[in-house]
Amino acid sequence: MSKPEFIYVTYIETTPEKLWHALTDGDFTERYWFGARLKSDWKAGSSFEMLRDDGTVSDRGEVIEVDRPRRLAYTFVNISEKYKSDRPALATFVIEPYGKLVKLTLTQEGFAEGSKFLDGISKGWPAIMSSLKSILETGHPLQIPFEALKIES
Amino acid sequence: MDEVFKALADASRRSLLDRLHASNGQTLNELCDGLAMTRQAVTKHLAILEAANLVTTFRQGREKLHYLNPVPIHQIGERWIRKFERGKLTALSELKRQLEKRDE
Repeated sequence: MSKPEFIYVTYIETTPEKLWHALTDGDFTERYWFGARLKSDWKAGSSFEMLRDDGTVSDRGEVIEVDRPRRLAYTFVNISEKYKSDRPALATFVIEPYGKLVKLTLTQEGFAEGSKFLDGISKGWPAIMSSLKSILETGHPLQIPFEALKIES
Repeated sequence: MDEVFKALADASRRSLLDRLHASNGQTLNELCDGLAMTRQAVTKHLAILEAANLVTTFRQGREKLHYLNPVPIHQIGERWIRKFERGKLTALSELKRQLEKRDE
């Protein structure tokens, strides 16, 4: 087994089922995941896609492991030209309840040598996980809706 | 959040986080290498960082690897820094870094 490139952990006041839903439902992910809509039937071996808000595919991969609501693993990589020397890397989500809290551990591994994707994704995850914690605990993602900024035109 | 601030309020612990930031997933031996701290002190500091969720560990065979977990630090940032200000702040900290580099 290779060594994960990073491990991110957050404790969320929620239930494993709600967290599972938050990680797998496209309508829900769109609200906290920089607008990304995840698309899959969540069966091992099925395809995994990440869609932008205009419906185009940004990332592709394969579902590897599904053990609802404890463990979810899929590979993915951004398909843009910038990452053409990259390959899909395995992201594993582990969900463990501790009383009122649920511990979410994300590891990712299997990046290409000198991966540019690793550089981008390792910075993106902490923001996504913070936003996920916020939306599950308060009902609101961390991003401020554009309308709320009340920018005078 | 108190635990995060307490854990960060110590230069030795910040230097351990710096070492993990430079190279993630180190064993205790690797972390101690070249540090002017006893192994016992490093162990104690790591326990405090782990309790604050700033360091997380992963077992690989007989080895315990230490990883920097920046999620709690990100949450602190999100609390007081609005999203649309972040670009400016990144530019400012980059400017500060560039200017200070010239004095070295």
